[in-house]
Amino acid sequence: MAPRDIPGAVTDHAPKPFMPRKNALMDAIFRNITRFFAFLVFSLLAAILVSLLIGSMPSIRKFGLEFLWSAEWDPVKEQFGALVPIFGTLVTSFIALAIAIPVSFGISIFLTELSPVWLRRPLGTAIEMLAAIPSIIYGMWGLFVFVPIFQERVQPLLAHTIGKVPGLGLLFSGAPMGIGMLAAGIILAVMVIPFITAVMRDVFELVPAMLKESAYGLGSTTWEVVWRVVLPYTKVGVIGGVMLGLGRALGETMAVTFVIGNAHHLSASLFAPGNSIASALANEFTEAVGELYTSALIELGLLLFLITTIVLALSKLLLLQLAKGEGTRT
Amino acid sequence: MNPVSAMNPIYRRRKRMNSLMMGVSTGALAFGLFWLIWIVVVLLWEGASALRPSLFAQMTPPPGGDGGLANAIYGSVLMAGAGTLIGTPVGILAGTYLAEFGGRGWLAPATRFINDVLLSAPSIVIGLFVYAIYVAQAKHFSGWAGAVALAIIVVPVVVRTTDDMLKLVPNSLREAAAALGAPSWKVVTMISYRAARAGIVTGVLLAIARITGETAPLLFTALNNQFWSSDMNRPMANLPVVIFQFAMSPYEDWQRLAWGGATLITLFVLGLNIAARALFRK
Repeated sequence: MAPRDIPGAVTDHAPKPFMPRKNALMDAIFRNITRFFAFLVFSLLAAILVSLLIGSMPSIRKFGLEFLWSAEWDPVKEQFGALVPIFGTLVTSFIALAIAIPVSFGISIFLTELSPVWLRRPLGTAIEMLAAIPSIIYGMWGLFVFVPIFQERVQPLLAHTIGKVPGLGLLFSGAPMGIGMLAAGIILAVMVIPFITAVMRDVFELVPAMLKESAYGLGSTTWEVVWRVVLPYTKVGVIGGVMLGLGRALGETMAVTFVIGNAHHLSASLFAPGNSIASALANEFTEAVGELYTSALIELGLLLFLITTIVLALSKLLLLQLAKGEGTRT
Repeated sequence: MNPVSAMNPIYRRRKRMNSLMMGVSTGALAFGLFWLIWIVVVLLWEGASALRPSLFAQMTPPPGGDGGLANAIYGSVLMAGAGTLIGTPVGILAGTYLAEFGGRGWLAPATRFINDVLLSAPSIVIGLFVYAIYVAQAKHFSGWAGAVALAIIVVPVVVRTTDDMLKLVPNSLREAAAALGAPSWKVVTMISYRAARAGIVTGVLLAIARITGETAPLLFTALNNQFWSSDMNRPMANLPVVIFQFAMSPYEDWQRLAWGGATLITLFVLGLNIAARALFRK
C-alpha cells in the first residue's frame, strides 16, 4: 500500500494529521479511568482496615490491650476477651499445616517428577478441584459424614495409642465427641492442600533442568534430586506457599464453624470443642445485641484481618524474592 | 546395575530410601484424591434423592413442612449476577492499568501486591466491611449489600487474571497497531482485549464459581428471607445461607433440602471450573 492510502498517515502533501487532538483526549480519559479503578483496588485494603478500626473503637476503648489475652467471653456481663478464639484459630491452622505441608510436598513431587506426562494435567486438575469446592460443602460433609466416622473410629484409636504417651497424651485426651479442634484442623488441611500444592508445583518447575540433570548424571536417585537440589533451590518459594496456606487456613470460616463445636473455653486437648475467630463471627454477629458486643466481634475481625494480611504479605514477598533470584542464578 | 554396586550397602540404602519416599509421594497424591472422591460421592448419593423438580419450584418451607429452594436459588442468582456485573468492569479496568499503563510508576506494583493479599483475604472480613459501610449506615440488611460483598470478592480474581493475560499479549501486536496510527485506547480495547479475551473470560468464570458458594460474606449482608423476593433492597434468601441454616437445624426435612442445595452448588461450581479451564486451553 502506498503511504498516501493510509488515512491520516503523514505524507509530504497530507493536509494535516486529523486524529491527534481527539485521540489524545480519549487516551487521557481511558488511562485515567483505568488508573482510578487501580487506585480503588489499591485503597481497598486500607479502607477495610479503617472501617474495622472505627467499628471496634468502643471495644478497644473499654478493654484496651487486655482484649488480646483475656479468656472471658460473657455477653451478659459484657466482658469480652479474644484469647479463646485466637487460640482456636492458631491451633486449628497449625494442625492443618502439620498435615498439609508433607502431603502437598508429596503431591508436588509426584506431579513434577514421577507422574507420566499425560497424567499430570488430569491429576493436577483433580487436586485443584479441592480448592473449588465451597467451604460450606466441606462444613456440611464434615459434620454429617466425617465427624461420626472420626468419632467412632479415629479418636478412640488415637486415644489408645498416642494418648497413652506421657505428656503428649494430654493432647489426645478427653471424651471423643467427634467435633472439636482436631476435626476442624483435619478438614482445614484438606482445604489448604490444593493451595500449597499449586505453589510448590510452580516453584519446582522453576528449577533449571540442567541442575536436575547434572544431579541425575552424577547418579542421584529421584529422592536425592528432590531433597538436595530441588528443595534447596526453591526453599524460599516453598515457604511462601506454606504461608499462603496458613493465610487461607486462618481465615477459613464456614467449614470450621460446622465442626469446631463453638465452645468458649480453653483446653489443652485437641479433642475438645473450641472456637475460632471466624466461626465466632459467623455464629454470633447477627445475634449480637448492644454496641459493645458488636464492637468486640468487629475487633475480632480486625485482628483476623491483621494477622492474615501480615501472613499473606510475607508469603507474597518470599515468592517475589524467588522470582527475582531466578533471573540472576543460572 | 553391575553386581558390585548392587551389593554395596550404601547403594542399597539409597535405593531403599528412594523407593520409600516415592511410595510416600504416591500415597500423598492418593490421600488428596481420596477426599475429593469421598466428598463428591457423598454429595451425589445424598443429593440424588433431594434433587427433585420441587426443589426448583417451591419456596423454603417452615420446619417440618415440604418445600423447595426456589427463592434461595433465585436470590443467589440475582446477587451473584449483580456482584459479577459490578465487580467485573472494576476488575478489568484496574487490571488494564496494571498491565498496560502501570509502567514504571509506584501504583501498579503496589496495587498488584495488595490485590494478591485481597485474593486470599478471609471472606468473612469482607462481610464485616460491607456491614460496616453499608448495612450499618442503611440500617437494614439487603440484597444489594450482599451483591457488593460478592463484588469485592470478584474484583481481585478478575484483576489478577486480566493483568496476567494482558501481559501475555506480545508487544509486537501493540507496536504494530501503534505504528498504523492507532491511539493507545484503541490499541488496548481493540488489540489487547481481543488477544486476551479467552483468558479474561476464564477469570470471570472462575470468579463466578468462587462467589457462588460464598457463605460468610452473605451472613451479615443479605441475611436470609423465607419468601420469594425480587427486591434487592430487602433481606434476600440465598442458597449458601439457607444451606447453613438448614444443615445446622435438627429437622430432617430441612437437612434433606440442605443436601439438595449443597449438591446443586457443588455440581455448578465444579462444572464451571472445568468449563473455564477447557475454554482457556482452547
